[in-house]
Amino acid sequence: MNKLVKLIITSISAITLALVSFTSSFAKVDGEYIVLGSAISLTGKYSSNGVHTQNGYNMAVDRINKMGGVEVQGKKYKFEIIYYDDESNPKRAAQLAERLIKQDGVHYMLGPYSSGLTKAIAPVTEKYKIPMVEANGASRSLFTKGYKYLFAVLSPANQYLEVAIDLAVEKNGGKGVKIAQAFEQDAFSQDVRLGILDAAKRTGSEIIIDDKLPKELNDMAATLAKVKAVKPDVLVVSGHTKGALTAIRQISEMKVDVPMLAMTHCDAAKLSKQHGKKSEFALCASQWHKNLSYKDKFFGSGKKYAKDFQKEFGYDPPYQSAESSAALLVFKDAFERANSFDRDAVRDALVDTEMQTFYGNIKFGPGGQNVAKPMILFQVRCKGDDCENRVVAPTKWASDKFYHPIPKWSDRS
Amino acid sequence: MDFLIFKAPMLMVQASLDGILLGILFALIAYGMALQWGVMNIINIAQGDLVILGGYIAYTIYLWGIHPAWGVIISPIIMFFVGWGLYKLVINKVVDRDLFISILATFGIAIVFQQLMNFIFGADVVVAQSEYGTTMLFDNSVTLPNSKIFSAFISVLYAVALVIYMKKSRLGRAIRATAQNARAAKILGVDTEKVYAATFGINAALCGIAGALISITLTLHPYVGLPYTVRSFMIVIVAGLGNLPAVAVSGMGLGLFEEFADYILGTEFRIGAVFLLLVLILVYRRFKLSKKREYLK
Repeated sequence: MNKLVKLIITSISAITLALVSFTSSFAKVDGEYIVLGSAISLTGKYSSNGVHTQNGYNMAVDRINKMGGVEVQGKKYKFEIIYYDDESNPKRAAQLAERLIKQDGVHYMLGPYSSGLTKAIAPVTEKYKIPMVEANGASRSLFTKGYKYLFAVLSPANQYLEVAIDLAVEKNGGKGVKIAQAFEQDAFSQDVRLGILDAAKRTGSEIIIDDKLPKELNDMAATLAKVKAVKPDVLVVSGHTKGALTAIRQISEMKVDVPMLAMTHCDAAKLSKQHGKKSEFALCASQWHKNLSYKDKFFGSGKKYAKDFQKEFGYDPPYQSAESSAALLVFKDAFERANSFDRDAVRDALVDTEMQTFYGNIKFGPGGQNVAKPMILFQVRCKGDDCENRVVAPTKWASDKFYHPIPKWSDRS
Repeated sequence: MDFLIFKAPMLMVQASLDGILLGILFALIAYGMALQWGVMNIINIAQGDLVILGGYIAYTIYLWGIHPAWGVIISPIIMFFVGWGLYKLVINKVVDRDLFISILATFGIAIVFQQLMNFIFGADVVVAQSEYGTTMLFDNSVTLPNSKIFSAFISVLYAVALVIYMKKSRLGRAIRATAQNARAAKILGVDTEKVYAATFGINAALCGIAGALISITLTLHPYVGLPYTVRSFMIVIVAGLGNLPAVAVSGMGLGLFEEFADYILGTEFRIGAVFLLLVLILVYRRFKLSKKREYLK
C-alpha cells in the first residue's frame, strides 16, 4: 500500500516536472504568440520614463498584431510581452532577466529603461545568448564591451550634443569656441561629456569650465556664478531631468547671459511646460521628433505616430516611447528575415538589419549601436506663454532657423 | 582645485550670500531635528523625506493655481498632523528604546515615504514657480533670486516665533520640562505622551515649511530627501541639542562651507565634502556625544 502511494506521488511529480519543462522550453513561441520579455521600471525613480517605454512597447505590439502580426515559415504569429517591475534597481533588473530567461523560457528580450539598467541586464542576456533589442540605453560603454546579442535602436550618448558644438563653431565663423560644461556623474551624462571633449578637440575649442554634478545635487548656483564670471560662448548641461530643470531655474533667476545653451532631457523634463518662457532658446538633444520625415507602413509618419499615441495614452509621445516602439519593428523584421525561431538565426538577422521606421533609419554597427540615425537638436521657442520645441539641426529636417545668440536677460520681457 | 574664486572678489560675495541664504534654510530643518532629538532622543532619518513631502504639498497647491508661497502656511498645518499621526502609529513604540531602534524605525519610515511620494506624485522632477524675480547687486555682477531671500526671511520668522512659543506657552514649557527630565515632568503632571506627539508634529511642521521653500527655490523629487537629513544631522551635532543660536550659526556655516567647497574643490565634491566634514566632526565629538539627554534652553 505504502509503496503504491509513493509510486503515485513519484509519477505525479514526474509528470508535473515534465509538463513544466515542456511548457517553459516552448514558451518562446506559445501557440500563436512569440513571447518577449522585459524588465521595466514601473516603480522607483525611473518610473515615469519606464512607463513611457512600456507604452511605446505596447503600442507597437498592438499595432503589429492588428496588422497581421509576424510571418514565420508561412504561419502568422503575434507578439506578447512578459513584463516585470525592476523597481529602477539594477540588481533587481539582472535577477528579473535571469527569471525571464530561466523560468519563463523567454528567448528574446526587450531592453529596460536607462543605460544603468541595460548595463546590468546585458551580461545576463549575453551569458544565455538571448538577443536583446533595447531602446533606452545610450551609454557608449554598452557598445564597447563586444556584446554580440545586444542591439540598440538609438544613437549612442556621446553623439547627443556634439552637433551643438559644431553649430556653435559655425556661428563663430568656423573658429573654436569657449565651452562651459556641467555634467552629472552617471554613465550616461559622462558619455555625453566625452562626446563634447571629442568635438572640442576636433574643432579646436577650449573647455573653460568642466564641472561634474553629484547625483543628489539640485543646486547649480556655484557653476552658474562661474559661468557669469568667465563668459563662455556655449554652456552645456546634462543631468537628466533634474539637471535640465535646475539649470533653467537658476539661469533665469541668476540672469546668466550665455549666447548658447545646450542640454539633454528637455522633453522628459517637460521643460517648456514647467518653466514656460524662461526655457526659451534652450537647445535640446533628442533622439527623435515627430516632425521628422521618416516613414514606415505600421505607424506611417512621426506625426501620425504622435497623434495615435496621444489618442491611446493621452499625452504627446516623448522620444523614449517612439524608440521603444521602433524596437518591436526591428524584432518583427528580423524574425521574418530569419524565417525561424532559432535564437542564433534571429541574432544573425538582427545584425543585417537595414530598415526605415517612423523613428528613423536603423542599421547596427559592430558594437550593436544604431549607426544610421543622426541625433537632432531642437530649440524651445515661445509665442507669449505658449512654448514648443522646433527642430533646428540637422538642416535637412530643420523646421526653423537656429536663433543665436540668446538675447540678454535684460532685453527679455 | 580651482582658485578662480580668489581672483574674482564678486564671486566671493556671490558664494557667501548664496551659502548664507541656503544655510538659513538648512538651519530651520536642523532646528526641528534638534528639538525632537532633544525631547525624545530620536534621530529621525526620515527628516529629509518629511521636508520633501512638505514641498509636494506646496507644489500641489501650486498646481491648483494658488501661489506656492501660501505653502509656508498650509504645508506646516498639514505636516503637523502627519507628524502627529506618525508618532501615534510608529514613533511612540520606539521612543524609550535605544537609539539604534529609532534609527531603524525612521529609516523604514523614510523608505515608505519615498515610495508613497513616488506613487502619488510620480517620479518626475518638479518645480513650483514663485515669479519673485531677482535682486541684482554691484552692477549685476552678484545676483540673488528673491525666492531665496524670501525663504531665508520666512525661515528666520518661523524660528523666532517658535522660540517665543517655547518660552511662553504652556505646551512649550511642557516640552522643555520633558526634555530636561521626562520622569520628573510626568510626576509633576505633564502628559509626556502628548508632549512627544506635539514635538514630533512641530518637527514635521518645520519640515513642511522648509519643503515649501525648497519647492520655490530648488527642485523636488521623491528621492532627494537624504541630503537634507544628513545636513541637518550634521548641523545638530556641531551645534549641540539645546542651543538654538548655535544651530543657526552652524547652519549658515554649513551653507558657506558647501558653496566654497563647490568653488574650490569642484562641484563633484560638494556633497562629498559635507560627508567628509561629518566624519571629521563625529570623530572629534565622539567623547562629547554622550548618551545622556541634553535639555533645551
